[in-house]
Amino acid sequence: MTTADMHSHMPRTTRDIGNAWDRMVAKRRLYTLIGLAILLFAAVSSAQYADEANAGHFFERLPHLFDFLSWLIPKDWADVWRALFDIASPNHTGGEEYNFADGRVYVSGSFYVPEYFELMITTINIAIVSTIIGFVFAVPLAFLAAKNFSPSWPLRMFSKRVMEFLRAFPEIVIAGLFSAVLSIGPVAAIIAVSLHTIGALGKLFYEVIENTDMKADEGMRSVGGNWFERVRFGALPQVLPNLSSYALLRLEINVRASTIIGAVGGGGIGEELKLSISRGFGAKTVALMILLFATIVAVDQFSAWLRRRLVGEHAFLLQH
Amino acid sequence: MTMTMIHASRAQEIEERYPEYFKRSFKQRFGALMIGCGTLLYMLYAVWFFDLPKLVAEAHWERFGIYLSQWVSYDVQPELRLQGDGSIRVWYPRFSPLGDNPHPDWMVNNADGSVSVLINGTSRTVTAGNKQATIAAHGETYTIDMSGENPRLVGQAPPWMKVYDDNIMVDLGFAGDASISSNRVKIWKRFIGWPNFFFDTRSPFFDKPAGEVFSLILSGPRIEPDQSNLSLAFDNIWNNGAWQHGDVWTKLFQTIVMAFLGTLLGAIAAFPLAFLAARNITPNRLLNQVLKRFFDFLRSVDMLIWALFLTRAFGPGPLAGSGAIFLTETGTLGKLYSEGLENIDDKPREGIKSTGASTALVHRYGVMPQIVPVMVSQTLYQWESNVRGATIIGAVGAGGIGLKLWEAMRTNTNWANVGYMVILILMVVFLFDAASNALRSRLMGTNKAATSH
Repeated sequence: MTTADMHSHMPRTTRDIGNAWDRMVAKRRLYTLIGLAILLFAAVSSAQYADEANAGHFFERLPHLFDFLSWLIPKDWADVWRALFDIASPNHTGGEEYNFADGRVYVSGSFYVPEYFELMITTINIAIVSTIIGFVFAVPLAFLAAKNFSPSWPLRMFSKRVMEFLRAFPEIVIAGLFSAVLSIGPVAAIIAVSLHTIGALGKLFYEVIENTDMKADEGMRSVGGNWFERVRFGALPQVLPNLSSYALLRLEINVRASTIIGAVGGGGIGEELKLSISRGFGAKTVALMILLFATIVAVDQFSAWLRRRLVGEHAFLLQH
Repeated sequence: MTMTMIHASRAQEIEERYPEYFKRSFKQRFGALMIGCGTLLYMLYAVWFFDLPKLVAEAHWERFGIYLSQWVSYDVQPELRLQGDGSIRVWYPRFSPLGDNPHPDWMVNNADGSVSVLINGTSRTVTAGNKQATIAAHGETYTIDMSGENPRLVGQAPPWMKVYDDNIMVDLGFAGDASISSNRVKIWKRFIGWPNFFFDTRSPFFDKPAGEVFSLILSGPRIEPDQSNLSLAFDNIWNNGAWQHGDVWTKLFQTIVMAFLGTLLGAIAAFPLAFLAARNITPNRLLNQVLKRFFDFLRSVDMLIWALFLTRAFGPGPLAGSGAIFLTETGTLGKLYSEGLENIDDKPREGIKSTGASTALVHRYGVMPQIVPVMVSQTLYQWESNVRGATIIGAVGAGGIGLKLWEAMRTNTNWANVGYMVILILMVVFLFDAASNALRSRLMGTNKAATSH
């Protein structure tokens, strides 16, 4: 192509520039429109599909959507507090709907922990223990996986693959496998949630580690520090606040995750909630929901406060 | 190596110059140690709380290996029944992976009327003959007298044989087991692999080598007169009774649809709400706060509770799951979007405002170009994580592969199917991971701000 050719293709007046700009914008708009149309089509067809595949259909069930409120709203609001604190209810006639006092967990003498609080503590303990286990295993894995600290390439790839695998592996399968081994209960849930946490935290951690300032590490290397010393004094002081902050964020997610795992047989409050909703026990369901909601909000607030103290006003993307 | 000694007065001078490094507060010196000790104490409490020692002692660890091996292996369970006339009848349970008319080469009819099962070649065999069973393994041969009420072992039992009152269990390792009771010998012979993965025992293609199946499909005469062989083969695979490919793939598709629909609807609902919730876009403190608390509420009620309620309202299925994801995601994305909006650069908005443009145009040209890539990136991330989440809430009845997975596990017999579904889920998750990563990195360029800003 000669210079003359090139000049003939180049815009010479402001009108040419304007036309070129218009063409580009038109093309872009077209692409955006096509993209949106595809998205709309996919959304509508998947909504239709979901509706058809469901046991009840949307428009047919819509008038009855709030039917559940009729059983959810307890006859006597005092029953909610009685359910929450395991106080015997005058409505109790022998069934399981109002047998609040049966669930008391006696600690010593007549002092008891209400059943739902005990279950909530179980669920929170599952979440905290899994987060701690996840953190402890994710940190070394992340250092092996981080480009700037990994001792060798195969080790780096290996630990990255391990973390991806743990992240993607369905938690309920681990829970199911271990509840067959350990009998159904919270420990199977702990193992399931911890393994997932190792993968999820590990990925975030190695991204943080790869973004560290390497000057401290250079200093460590210049005085002949070995790998452990480089990690301990060169990287950890920089990344620990961020890592802890991510671990706290993970704790929030794990409280929810352990509730869900509980609902499929991992014990804790999730199981009780599922039972109570499926049987239509209004007062019990409301009590459980209040407790769960309050706990989740409290954990979120506490973790947000702690994170602010650790890393200042940082917004973090919520990640499952 | 030579070390330069520092003079005492010089050392003191340095100490005085940097008191923050040499005279650190108690919190600085022992804070980390105390956090470590606290964590350790908490873990000890947790060990007590969950009664770990008792649980570990009572655990059935052997099941772990058995179930894991069942992911990739299966057993055939023939029974050798001693008839009244002294002959042996070989009986297979219904739905045996060998089909209706099995003549496996590891089942040998001997000349004297007895039947031998070659559990592991000829080195481990179980033979049932006239009123007795012979077990040969580990270079030894044991005879079990079956003429009486209960089977009776002749001689001393080796460690791999357990003698009970009415039953003798023989453990022949991974290759198989046998159980001998009054007049029958039950065999578990184990094989590696997934049996009848493509064609089940009812299919006309069953037990045919791959080459023959292909030539039948491509050029063979029609097996069913009103259906081509290709569509018959597909039909048989899709409706395979043991593996239920059709059902599994449909449920997997439902899970993906749930995640897609829930996230997309959540994004659509969160988008306008986020503009109202961001305090720099809508300067109305009350509205901002109300909307932000509303997002928190949707998030905190949790996907599980929404799923349980919607399953009750709409019945089990993907609609309930999509609804649960939609509600949670409106909260999550609303929070993320409004935080994103509050962090935008105000200068483009000011520039557009200074030209006298309307509010809509200020948003369109001053806000959207900054925020859309961030929003799309966050939405993709949530979509990807919801594919994983949808698997779990499926197990409480909200549709998708979760419930199927959970049911397969609950029966404790179908671990090969669990393995199959896990592999499918892993494939889908990796695929979505890769797709969303690729899309996000194209969207954000090399900017990594999307994952952790």
